[in-house]
Amino acid sequence: MPLKLEIVTPEARIFSDEVDTVVLPGYEGEMGVLPAHAPLVTTLLPGELRITKAGKTTEMAVGEGLVEVTGNTTRVLTDMAVHSDDIDEKAVEEALERARHSLESLKHGEHQEEVAAVMAMIQRSTAQLHVKRKRRTV
Amino acid sequence: MPSTRDIRRRIKSVKNTAQITKAMQLVAAAKMKKAQDQAANGRAYAELMNKILVALKESAEEGVHPYFSEGKGSKTLVLVMATDKGLCGALNTNLLKKLINTRIEGEVEFVTIGRKASQGLSRLRKTLIADFPVKDPAKFAEVRVVGKFIQEKFLSGEYKTVLVAFNNFINTVTQVPSIEQILPVNPVTLGGKRGFDETPGEINAAELPQYTFEPGASVVFETVLPQYVNGTLYQMLLEARASEHSSRMVAMKNATDNAKQMLKDLSLEYNKLRQAAITNELLEITTAKMALE
Repeated sequence: MPLKLEIVTPEARIFSDEVDTVVLPGYEGEMGVLPAHAPLVTTLLPGELRITKAGKTTEMAVGEGLVEVTGNTTRVLTDMAVHSDDIDEKAVEEALERARHSLESLKHGEHQEEVAAVMAMIQRSTAQLHVKRKRRTV
Repeated sequence: MPSTRDIRRRIKSVKNTAQITKAMQLVAAAKMKKAQDQAANGRAYAELMNKILVALKESAEEGVHPYFSEGKGSKTLVLVMATDKGLCGALNTNLLKKLINTRIEGEVEFVTIGRKASQGLSRLRKTLIADFPVKDPAKFAEVRVVGKFIQEKFLSGEYKTVLVAFNNFINTVTQVPSIEQILPVNPVTLGGKRGFDETPGEINAAELPQYTFEPGASVVFETVLPQYVNGTLYQMLLEARASEHSSRMVAMKNATDNAKQMLKDLSLEYNKLRQAAITNELLEITTAKMALE
């Protein structure tokens, strides 16, 4: 009995397929979900989500969100989900550098909204880099 | 009486205008389609979010979270979502009008998305505390920043309520300027049907499976609420964007139609003038010939 996994963001349905197992960054650490799991709702933390299907494992970087498990369906609600192959390490690094730089120059200004935007950017970039680098060392 | 040359010049310029408005109409139509698709894509998220909220409402203690009670302050924060560009009919004007005509008690401060909102509000001498640029098509990451900002403001206790003013998309020709309260969250309508989108409404709590909440319903509730607010804001912005493009499309279609009508009138006048000139010349020739005989 396969496990149906759906990953949705407010922008689109990123992933929808049947998989063997999924490991996600839950509130109390990494959580593996196998088919016929008891109904469960938990929070998702920014980090790495691993999908195993037919012996092959794929990684995704996810943002914060929610996980709903009902029997053979797992649905992940998150505000960001990027496939590790789609992460351009160099571009992300550059973005991170740029963000840090502009944060420095903004720190003493009064533009609260810009600081907020830059902080969000840094968080996203860091999560993506983490997933990309981790996979390379394995 | 204008000369034929003047009219020819005018015809040329009107033709150019018609060409431009026609092109803008087509661009707006394509963007409108995209905006509507985007709103539809986000529906799966809203649906599941609602489902979990209904389940949570059953299990968690209500009213403990600060998002459920009004802030201590007396001020009201209003987030206004308008367009960046003009030429979209009376869309922004109607929104601002609605805002002015709505009585909000106490001091009001504004946060804006879209250049037209900040311009309009500063012209009205309102207090503007922040202006967020959001690209088109709207990215959720950008909206999340706005959501974080207003939630922080609300939690600081300075404001009693947070309202959102945006254009609600009904269909291509109808957009209704609406003002909705986003904070404090109304626990009664939470998870239910929202007035402004098509998320399927009533979810029967009894039909839901008995979820285990990890680490506990209250904790999950606390993390879900900010995400719910962000998601709602994003849906509202998508509505506003769909309104913008459809309104622009209609405005440009009207402009094109008007230009075409003008062209018709002008060429009629032009033809009349030309015919009059020919008749005049013929008359002169005949008169001259008769005078010679």
